[in-house]
Amino acid sequence: MLPYRRVSSIARLLKVPSQSRHASQAATGARLNKPIEYKKTPILHQSQQSARSAFDLSQDAPVDWQNLHGAINTSLHHALKTDENVLLFGEDVAFGGVFRCSKGLADEFGTGRVFNTPLSEQGIVGFAVGCAAEGMKPVAEIQFADYVYPAFDQLVNEAAKFRYREGGTGGHCGGLVVRMPCGSVGHGGLYHSQSPESLFTHVPGLRVVMPRSPSQAKGLLISSILNSNDPVIFMEPKILYRAAEEFVPRDAYTLPLDKADVLKKGKDLTVISYGQPLYLCSAAIEALEKDIKGLSIELIDLRAIYPWDRPTIMESVNKTGRAVVVHESMYNAGVGAEVAASIQEGAFLRLEAPVGRVTGWSTHPGLIYEKFNVPDVTRIYDTMKKTLEF
Amino acid sequence: MKSRLVVRPLVGSCRYKTGVLSRRLGLRWASDTWSSGPAQKPGSDSVNFPGALNSKFTATMKFHNPAEQTAIPTYRIMDADGNIVDNTRDPQSASDEEIIGWYKNMLTVSIMDLIMFDAQRQGRTSFYMVSAGEEGIAVGSASALVPEDVCFLQYREQGVLIQRGFTLKEMMSQLFANKDDHGKGRNMPVHYGSGKLNVHTISSPLATQIPQASGAAYALKMQRLINPNVPPRIVACYFGEGAASEGDFHAALNIAATKSCPIVFVCRNNGFAISTASIEQYKGDGIASRGMGYGIDTIRVDGNDIFAVREVMLEARTRALEGDCKPILVEAMSYRVSHHSTSDDSFAYRAKREVEEWKRRDNPITRLRKWMEKKGLWDEDKEKEARASIRKEVLREFSAAEKIKKPALREMFTDVYEEITPEARSQMEQLKALIEKYPKEYDVSVHEGGLKSLE
Repeated sequence: MLPYRRVSSIARLLKVPSQSRHASQAATGARLNKPIEYKKTPILHQSQQSARSAFDLSQDAPVDWQNLHGAINTSLHHALKTDENVLLFGEDVAFGGVFRCSKGLADEFGTGRVFNTPLSEQGIVGFAVGCAAEGMKPVAEIQFADYVYPAFDQLVNEAAKFRYREGGTGGHCGGLVVRMPCGSVGHGGLYHSQSPESLFTHVPGLRVVMPRSPSQAKGLLISSILNSNDPVIFMEPKILYRAAEEFVPRDAYTLPLDKADVLKKGKDLTVISYGQPLYLCSAAIEALEKDIKGLSIELIDLRAIYPWDRPTIMESVNKTGRAVVVHESMYNAGVGAEVAASIQEGAFLRLEAPVGRVTGWSTHPGLIYEKFNVPDVTRIYDTMKKTLEF
Repeated sequence: MKSRLVVRPLVGSCRYKTGVLSRRLGLRWASDTWSSGPAQKPGSDSVNFPGALNSKFTATMKFHNPAEQTAIPTYRIMDADGNIVDNTRDPQSASDEEIIGWYKNMLTVSIMDLIMFDAQRQGRTSFYMVSAGEEGIAVGSASALVPEDVCFLQYREQGVLIQRGFTLKEMMSQLFANKDDHGKGRNMPVHYGSGKLNVHTISSPLATQIPQASGAAYALKMQRLINPNVPPRIVACYFGEGAASEGDFHAALNIAATKSCPIVFVCRNNGFAISTASIEQYKGDGIASRGMGYGIDTIRVDGNDIFAVREVMLEARTRALEGDCKPILVEAMSYRVSHHSTSDDSFAYRAKREVEEWKRRDNPITRLRKWMEKKGLWDEDKEKEARASIRKEVLREFSAAEKIKKPALREMFTDVYEEITPEARSQMEQLKALIEKYPKEYDVSVHEGGLKSLE
């Protein structure tokens, strides 16, 4: 019996919040904090037409209905097939990965290229840096972003500084990609919920990206593996692995690793976020625009968290005069601090209100407190309203 | 880590449900051992636990005590007086010229050490680390490598670089951080590197290079599988016995063994990590005894015997490339005759007499010199001449390097990413504007191209 109970506990970790019995259940009578309807959200390409037009494809271009782990799997498959130098490894990667992202890849490409490593994060990243230093394109997986810290030295002191210290020798580890599932999942507690992106955005030399959807994950991951000559920290919001489904172009494509994406145009307020909270922002914007007639809010996906796209953000805030930054990780020295400070420098004369920040509180992701800790639709709604009324 | 407890049963259940892990020829899954047949046959004398193959049952309760083990012996070919101890192993795998070349390379390291140590004392460079006592390990092991082999160093392996062809000009350029330095003046002195010689640039964090070296070795193996015309290559990875206490050492040896990487780990066990004596560093039989625990072929060698180091390295290289490849661990014993660095006075933690005794009694340079003299390859005149000419050349490169301009200021911002980011570009402009506004506060004239390079 015991094994079955354990299997179901990992399955629970993967469930969409609406099915979860814990944190994300809506309160009775809630108007704003309702479960995200991934099947209806405008953030995902609900129709084939939407996916085709977003990627400038022809009317008959093939598109597939995919979830996030499926899109990542397809991208890894494409990368392994396109370039023999691509390697995929980490803990439990060979049987398909605990989130199924590498399903079937070891069978197709062999255990020389897709393999399990011993359970050692510093070893995984150090090994990957060495592979990349010899011209390979290793895609290393850290099972949860919460467990990346043993590899922090290898990432900060080694991967990030490799090209800089090699200088004229021409050595670098630009082929490196480190994937890690991140973010809250409803019941991940202290060590299955974290989003350590701001620890990496403080480190020149690393690119930090986080996709919001299957189609975006595909373009960004293919860019990271095949087109980027800089080490990339690729953070995957694990709550979206099965929840976010949409039409994804079947053929391979790339997305830039340093450009923000304007998801929705608006003139009164700019909301900036990345990853899963974009869905919450979208729902909060919909509610507020319904409540205040004539209001229009611009929603921007940062997408590249570092180096990040200042011009797009500045252009938007110089137009709207107000900004709110939303992310799941903590307030203190989070990505929001960098974005807000830059807005203050780059749009000072146009600002009509302080830049709002909706973030996790400065505490740890305690198991039963999640719905009070991470940004929700109500908090985003409230901060947007306050910013508009300032 | 809770996730792992949760995850493991899924591995098992998945196998039955989907058959994803169906066995294929040549594929060895870690779990192969326990999915085949019943765990235990009645009356069997061995255990079928997946975690320890071939372990026999015993009715004797015995704790295995490391103190009962004999220490791993130290292999040598030549004694401290330069006599070959085993005549069947006369080390003539190299020509007389090559051996004289090794000697001169060791001498070069030693002479440069003295000059640069003093230069630092005079404030002409910021930092230096000498190799005294360990020249034999570096030069001897490097002599067994081919140029295509890849090296990862810690920092006390100047001999590896010189043996591989790193010039005195390159060394001095690095030490003085001038515009010819491959590292573009970004690294502290002694952090050498060379793309041409396949030596990765040294970084200060200890032991980080060890798992990287394992990964690099795996890459070399894969590249040969992709293209059989690529010559067989190994990685040589150097580190001290102190660095071997880092978690990266553990990670590296374990992954190199499980992934069968063609790598030779060379541990320089010189008895000290700054002030920490090896007795405070570990309790086991040195570093060599750990190799067995990782399933790695291991040998301990007399690091003051350049012939022994070379023979061991030649054999290690061969073994590392055999079959499916495998890692080898070499523990080379020596004594750190010098201070740890120019920032260290080692007589604060060890007796001067002990050091003097090591200097006098045994060192790799005098040992090889005695052998060469017995063989008639060397004498006092040649010694004098070699020392004088090496010293002259070192001093010439020293003063030349000192006069060369520093790298362009823009190099502070380049190579962080492949391309300079807009953020960095804006900061270059800000720095330039600041220096233009306060020209007397900054001296940019020593830098190649002056302020213009920031445009």
